[in-house]
Amino acid sequence: MSKDEHNPTRRKILLGAGCMAGALGAPTLLAVRHAQATPATMAAAIRQVVGEATVKPGKIKLDLPPLVENGNTVQFTVSVESPMTPTDHVKAIHVFNEKNPQPNVISVHLGPRAGRADFTSRMRLADSEKVVAIAELNDGSFWADTVEVVVTIAACVEDGIP
Amino acid sequence: MTAPLINVPAHAKRGEVIAIKTLISHQMETGFRYSATGTLLPRNIITEFVCTYNGDEIFRARFYPAVAANPFLTFYTVATASGTIAFTWTGDNGFFETATANIVVE
Repeated sequence: MSKDEHNPTRRKILLGAGCMAGALGAPTLLAVRHAQATPATMAAAIRQVVGEATVKPGKIKLDLPPLVENGNTVQFTVSVESPMTPTDHVKAIHVFNEKNPQPNVISVHLGPRAGRADFTSRMRLADSEKVVAIAELNDGSFWADTVEVVVTIAACVEDGIP
Repeated sequence: MTAPLINVPAHAKRGEVIAIKTLISHQMETGFRYSATGTLLPRNIITEFVCTYNGDEIFRARFYPAVAANPFLTFYTVATASGTIAFTWTGDNGFFETATANIVVE
């Protein structure tokens, strides 16, 4: 516990509001904080995508470093085992997180012309958290992979340009 | 505004799976950060990316504020015919950017 936490300046509060409130564990800050994704909001966001379908583990692989130094740019790769034929292919891949201000990260839509159900991008992570990737196949099934990452420098702790 | 960086192989064999890489310069302001004076910085992100191959959509991505600044994407497609692969990015505040690449398929 740093001294700052017990005497929060206005700036501290605003920062905490942005994305650190949960991490600092200071309940007094919660009153002014922004909506922050929680495991429950992530589950709700996933439910919105998959509907009533059950999400099974397997087929999909989320590749993310287990220890992240800088949460501002975290490279990740999602790959799905699929022949990518017109009768058996991946329609979409969605990525979710637990503790950023919003649960969604990216949604990509692809089809048999992709040849390979695989993509790479970079995301922000506000805290050490769970990241979930979900693949939607053309037969209506959903497959998920979850990775726990430890973030040493979180995204959005620094101020923007005035 | 610097032009997006696109990496598409110039030549490919018919039926070969090729990698496409794109990088565009954009701050991707999340809408959750505050300036030094305490005002909330409004959201300014790219929301959608679309890739077409000779006019047919082959890949589409929806971005959220959790996508890092200067969005980077690598994805794949089957080289079906010679022609043009086109890219568009659309976002907040009327952001719109396009790029194209040509491919020769033998």
